[in-house]
Order: sequence, then C-alpha cells, then structure tokens
Amino acid sequence: MNGWSDLAIWGIIAALGIGTWLIRFSFLGLVGDRDLPPWVLRHLRYTPVAVLPALLAPLLVWPESTGGTFDPPRLVAAAMTVVVGLYTRSILWAVASGLGTFFSLQVLF
Amino acid sequence: MTAATRSSAFLRGARNSAPFLLVLTPFAMLFGLVGTEAGLNIAQVLGFSVLVIAGASQLTALQLMVEEAPTVIVLVSALAVNLRMAMYSASLAPWLGGAPFWQRALAAYLLVDNSCAQSLAEYEARPSASMAERITYFFGSMCLIAPMWYAGTILGVLVGRDLPEGLALDIAMPITFLALVAPALRTLAHVAAALTACVLGLAFAGLPYNLGLLPAGLLAMAAGAEVERRGLARPLQIGRSS
Repeated sequence: MNGWSDLAIWGIIAALGIGTWLIRFSFLGLVGDRDLPPWVLRHLRYTPVAVLPALLAPLLVWPESTGGTFDPPRLVAAAMTVVVGLYTRSILWAVASGLGTFFSLQVLF
Repeated sequence: MTAATRSSAFLRGARNSAPFLLVLTPFAMLFGLVGTEAGLNIAQVLGFSVLVIAGASQLTALQLMVEEAPTVIVLVSALAVNLRMAMYSASLAPWLGGAPFWQRALAAYLLVDNSCAQSLAEYEARPSASMAERITYFFGSMCLIAPMWYAGTILGVLVGRDLPEGLALDIAMPITFLALVAPALRTLAHVAAALTACVLGLAFAGLPYNLGLLPAGLLAMAAGAEVERRGLARPLQIGRSS
C-alpha cells in the first residue's frame, strides 16, 4: 500500500467516519419525534429481519473460507440456529446450538 | 423514572449484547491484523475502528486501498456497505426520536447491527418503557461492544499473527447474527420478510460492493409490511411467547 501518504490515509478514515455517522444519524436526526405515517412504520417494523438475512444468506451459501464452494454443514448449522432460536427465543442458546452443530459436523465428517 | 429502573435497563442491554463479544473480538482482531499487514500504523488501524466503527466497511476500504483503487471508489464502496444503517436509523427513529440531540448523536455513532436489532426487540417487548429507559438500554447494548471493538483491534495489531487458523470466523459471524434474527421472527409477516431477504440476498449477491443489500432489504421490508396489511401476520405458535 505504497501509494497512500499518511495524510491521504487519515483523510479516508475521517471521511468514512463522518460519512458513516451521517448515514446513521440521518433519520434519527431529521425525523426526531415527528410522527411517521402508518405505512412507513409498517415497513420499518421488519428492518432487522429483512436486512440481516439478505446479508447472511450469501455468506452461508457461498462461504469465503471454502473459496465460495457450497458447504452443507454450514446450512445445517444455520437451520439449527433458526430452529433453536425460534423455540427458545434465546440468542445464547441459538448461537451455542448453531456453532455446536457446525463443529460437531466438522469433527464427524 | 428512578435511577434503579435506568440502571436495570442499562444492565439488561449489556447482558443481552454479551453473546456478540464472542464474534466481535476475533472480527476486530482480524481487522487489526489485516490493517497492519496492509501497512497501516497502529494509530491508523485504531483510527478506523474508533471513527468508523463498522467492520465490513472498514475491511472494504482497506481492501480497495491495498488494490490502489482511486480514493473516490474507496469512499463510495465503503459507504455503500453502510447504507443499511440508514434503514436502522429510520426504524429506531419512532422509539428514540424524542431523545435530546446529544443522545441521538451519540446513539447514531453507536448504531450497529446488534445494537439496532437488540434494541428494537426490547422496545417491541416493552412498549411502555420511558424514553430515558429506551435510550439507556441502547447505550447499555454498546457499553461492552464498542470498547471491545477498539481493544480487539489493538490486540489484532499486536498478536494477530498468532490467531489460530481454524477460527472459522466466516461461520461464527453469520451464526451469531442468525441467532439475533430467529427470536425476532414473531409473526408470519416477519417470516415472509426474512425469506424474501434470503432469496433476494442470494439473487443480488453478484453485484459489486454489497450494492444489492439495499434493494434486497427494502423489498423484504415491503413483503413483511404487505403480509401485515392484508391481516395475515398471525403470531407464530412456536416456543415461548415473548
């Protein structure tokens, strides 16, 4: 990474810091405590369950460490995480059973 | 509201965030290691983690800098990874919008995947909580995560080369976040949103710099909202109701 001066690196860090904060502050800052229309609220209720799976699905189906090759233990572990998470409603149990499943399958096969 | 209520909200936020330390610490160390190997000094690596505080986008920026991409490309790509946070900001606004400006500014700095998802789950479970209690819970959810993010980064710079090969971060990360999503699937509308997101996330995965995440997320939110609008959002009859 020889093409970057110290000043350029700090400039990128600062610009990313400010830009990311502005993205995060956007609605919290501008909307404030004004009421949003019901249809907007109806959409916003689903943000985490809509964004995270879209982010995670490719990571599970085409994992980086296998060079993007399909790896069944990962999907079994993911399914286990979801099932246990649904039944126990506990993040901790879901993580434990998902990782436990993955590492058991790795040892077994 | 009493100080006791507030401190219990803070502690609850901290406790519920604890599982994420397992993932965040090695992720932060990975960034520290990759940053050092790319030629950044320790102040610059830490500067990334403190000022940007968003792992995926930090790694994106670093990777493009190593590839000597133009500055504009570095910035646009790294910021695109963070666009999902505008959606997080919007979904927190109805709950935290009435907080004082400085608290919203600080909450924005601390807005990451787990603080957002964890806090929304808490707010929906306790809709009668006061504004002070809500914002306190939010800060509690980051009181371990943020310091650990900085500390893990430094640790990665110092001892990152000794990280075991079999750490399997690329399974620990998705599993931990799935564990966050699963308990939040409370109705058929949530399930519809999550399934739509999986399908579209895979379909758009080929787009560069995670640009597909935003349309996938928005369409999945629309799917959930549409199921709810048609009155089909039956609660799931699985497990403990919460």
